[in-house]
Amino acid sequence: MARKVVITGLGATTPIGGDVPTMWNNALKGVSGARTLEDDWVAKYELPVHFAARASTPALDVLSRVEAKRMDPSTQFGVVAAREAWADSGITEVDHDRLAVAFATGIGGVWTLLDAWDTLREKGPRRVLPMTVPMLMPNGVAAAVSLDLGARAGAHTPVSACASGTEALHLGLDLIRSGKADVVVCGGAEAAIHPMPIAAFASMQALSRRNDDPEHASRPYDTGRDGFVMGEGAGALVIEAEEHALARGARIYGELAGTSVTADAYHITAPDPQGLGATRALKAAMFDGRIQPEEVVHVNAHATSTPVGDKPEYTALRAALGAHVDNVAVSATKSQMGHLLGASGAVEAVLTVLAVYERKAPVTINLENQDPEIPLDVVTKTARDLPSGNIVALSNSFGFGGHNAVIAVRSI
Amino acid sequence: MASNEEILAGLAEIVNEETGLATEAVELDKSFTEDLDIDSISMMTIVVNAEEKFGVRIPDEEVKNLKTVGDAVSFIADAQA
Repeated sequence: MARKVVITGLGATTPIGGDVPTMWNNALKGVSGARTLEDDWVAKYELPVHFAARASTPALDVLSRVEAKRMDPSTQFGVVAAREAWADSGITEVDHDRLAVAFATGIGGVWTLLDAWDTLREKGPRRVLPMTVPMLMPNGVAAAVSLDLGARAGAHTPVSACASGTEALHLGLDLIRSGKADVVVCGGAEAAIHPMPIAAFASMQALSRRNDDPEHASRPYDTGRDGFVMGEGAGALVIEAEEHALARGARIYGELAGTSVTADAYHITAPDPQGLGATRALKAAMFDGRIQPEEVVHVNAHATSTPVGDKPEYTALRAALGAHVDNVAVSATKSQMGHLLGASGAVEAVLTVLAVYERKAPVTINLENQDPEIPLDVVTKTARDLPSGNIVALSNSFGFGGHNAVIAVRSI
Repeated sequence: MASNEEILAGLAEIVNEETGLATEAVELDKSFTEDLDIDSISMMTIVVNAEEKFGVRIPDEEVKNLKTVGDAVSFIADAQA
């Protein structure tokens, strides 16, 4: 019998709230974090996309100037979220040799990398700061969280594009089940609202161009969807072996019952049109958690609002859940906060855990004309109550490269 | 051309910016590593910022000789002369 793993701490900094309570209240109300970018580089580089969903609370409002100086913006967000999750867990004493970190990012320190390149070209090598390498490395956020909390059972960085944050929970679950750690701080962080990534995502036609109406640009499942909206921020979850949580009398949000990771091996960016990789991931996560389709009441969908991405996920959900998919309340929270790339899975995991714990499914905004090829029961307009008793919620994340990751959260 | 007092004040500002230490703590007889707890990465950042501020070059092989704040002030003053 595998060790049971529970979730005991939550943290987040996102475009719809700089902490978990604020984010959750907004997620239930249905707000948009997308805004027109005021930065001069939008006009300077004639970017085709003029908006994004910035974190609502700048990391510098939370961190000291000196500690922030040594961190890329992505790491700053990650540390903010991890500290909130750690405080929320209520852990006061821990065996640091049994405490691990699994903190993901999709891109890593892109601001640091490109600022340093600008400095090199404009001022020469002498001006490239000595902290450049530790700030740009993708494991920088996991390392910073490990340093901050004294986590010595390994600091891991799963990197699988937009599936990274969910894969961090998959890894964390494995670390505890296999006995390598008792407590893991899992999460994901991203800060890529920079002209180069915007230009690059726009170049592949992945971003919405609804420049005159940013708040309505992220519209998963709507016939008028035309791409995702770049978001930024971080999510963090403290997970621990159930016996460890019970021994300290912890408040338990839910069980991380099952996880899975699969690969499409189909195309470097396009999802398998039949959603075969996603289907296998859903089935594997449910098998891992000994979950029957009928137990699933809620799905936090990947649903980025791209024309090609939203439908294969529906196909996969129907293949994995069968006719029961019609009874499942689906929330597409990227409609509110945009796509946080490598952080999205972690933030959506926080929302999924709260949905199970509070028994409420968050709102999907901007769904006016639902795509008839995606007949899901989408939670719109107002948050929806979830049933009492034993319930399970799933959260999906898919990433360029054909990465699929799914987590299943069970009520306690 | 800056006086030693001006160099000390400028250096204290750079140290404060990098480490958060109060400018008054940056005194001539203080050791960067022993007293001010400045690690090698911060030291290199301070050196590069001092080069820019005072218009001097501090070669890498000199940095290890700059044990105290006073050593750095003297080096910068000589380099400016």
